[in-house]
Amino acid sequence: MLKVRVIPCLDVKDGRVVKGVNFVDLRDAGDPVDCAKAYDAAGADELCFLDITASHENRGILLHVVQDTAEQCFMPLTVGGGVRTTDDIRQLLLAGADKVSINTAAVNDRDFVKRAAEKFGNQCIVVAVDAKATTSGKWEIFTHGGREPTGIDAIEYAQEVVSLGAGEILLTSMDRDGTKKGFDTELTRKISDAVSVPVIASGGVGTLDHLVDGVRDGGANAVLAASIFHFGTYTIAQAKQHMADAGIPVRL
Amino acid sequence: METVAIIDYGSGNLRSAGKAFERMVRENGLDVRIDVTGDAARVQNADRIVLPGVGAFGDCRNGLRAVDGMWDLIVELVHQKARPFLGICVGMQLMARWGLEHGRHAGFGWIDGNVAPIAPGTGFKVPHMGWNTIQLPQEHPVTRGLGTGDLSHAYFVHSYAMEPADPNRVFGTATYGAPITAIVAQDNMVGTQFHPEKSQATGLTLISNFLKWRP
Repeated sequence: MLKVRVIPCLDVKDGRVVKGVNFVDLRDAGDPVDCAKAYDAAGADELCFLDITASHENRGILLHVVQDTAEQCFMPLTVGGGVRTTDDIRQLLLAGADKVSINTAAVNDRDFVKRAAEKFGNQCIVVAVDAKATTSGKWEIFTHGGREPTGIDAIEYAQEVVSLGAGEILLTSMDRDGTKKGFDTELTRKISDAVSVPVIASGGVGTLDHLVDGVRDGGANAVLAASIFHFGTYTIAQAKQHMADAGIPVRL
Repeated sequence: METVAIIDYGSGNLRSAGKAFERMVRENGLDVRIDVTGDAARVQNADRIVLPGVGAFGDCRNGLRAVDGMWDLIVELVHQKARPFLGICVGMQLMARWGLEHGRHAGFGWIDGNVAPIAPGTGFKVPHMGWNTIQLPQEHPVTRGLGTGDLSHAYFVHSYAMEPADPNRVFGTATYGAPITAIVAQDNMVGTQFHPEKSQATGLTLISNFLKWRP
């Protein structure tokens, strides 16, 4: 039976993990490779690096981080942040990423998703959908970390990028991100029902019940969280056991 | 010293594949060199061949064909000289006669059958992506010690799967709405639909078995 995936996400800036990871026995909490190894050993199903490096000149540092991680962790790795060209994707894949997450570049140029999927295969193209609820009971795509509205309907957008070749949707509720109030399960369910590809729910996890809600109510195929794992609030094993106890198939 | 060639023809990420093989060489104390190469002259002398592959069947086929002499060399080494062969993901699918992804493309044709779209039914997402358990309907030296039930998780990412004409070629299956061919084997050849290099303990065990396999 296929299992629901639990994916810790590390924000990486200039080659360092932002905020760090609070694990016992971790040699360097700010080193993405050490953090990745710890999550690998802890039973994470995949790992996600989100590069928030401001300058494009420092991209080389990220590639080194991806290389070092791929050499030591035999688990799937998704890398996102600042992916703008097919050459960016190629470099990340060559460094050892398995999947690449495209965000703003897909909003600005929908055809980029098509070109990327044709060149590298749908299986490695993840499109990040950052959405906020509007007053009319819909959800709108936002860019720039939730600051820039685009007027694009989130559900229609998700369907469009999937038709262009996205192999997976990384869905973040910008209303919930950082709030610890749980996923926007209504949004997650709408998107999950609207597309044929797997959906990763992201944004807002504060308790282990939230992970269950994202799958059971939201229909997500994977759940992504950052702070509950990084700060040691819960371990990956605790999260999975809690999900298993709620009847969700996970890899224990 | 043995050499294992992991064939690089521009398809996907070979760094972790190379490193996973190197780790298993070290842990088993083997006298084996891992060579990730797109050079037919170097593959020529390899004792074992590993063919990875991601993306579409036709693209992988064309990518491999575009490397001077590589396709014919693989046929010669694997099919005629019977060197141990491991195909991974699309590398495994290429062992089949036909791939039906975006048209109809000829594979190596070592295993009779097609690579066809998976059809898990309603409520199942495609691609089949993530960790699934594998069942082993037959024993094989390369799957020894792989574990059963919840100890047999492997990482899959695919929308097409091999349907061998002869069910005796199937040495591993997964269930995703319907049964999916996860491992095939025949003579000196073995192929996995999942990614051993991404499958933590399950994958490393399989790689280790392949390195020691004397078909």
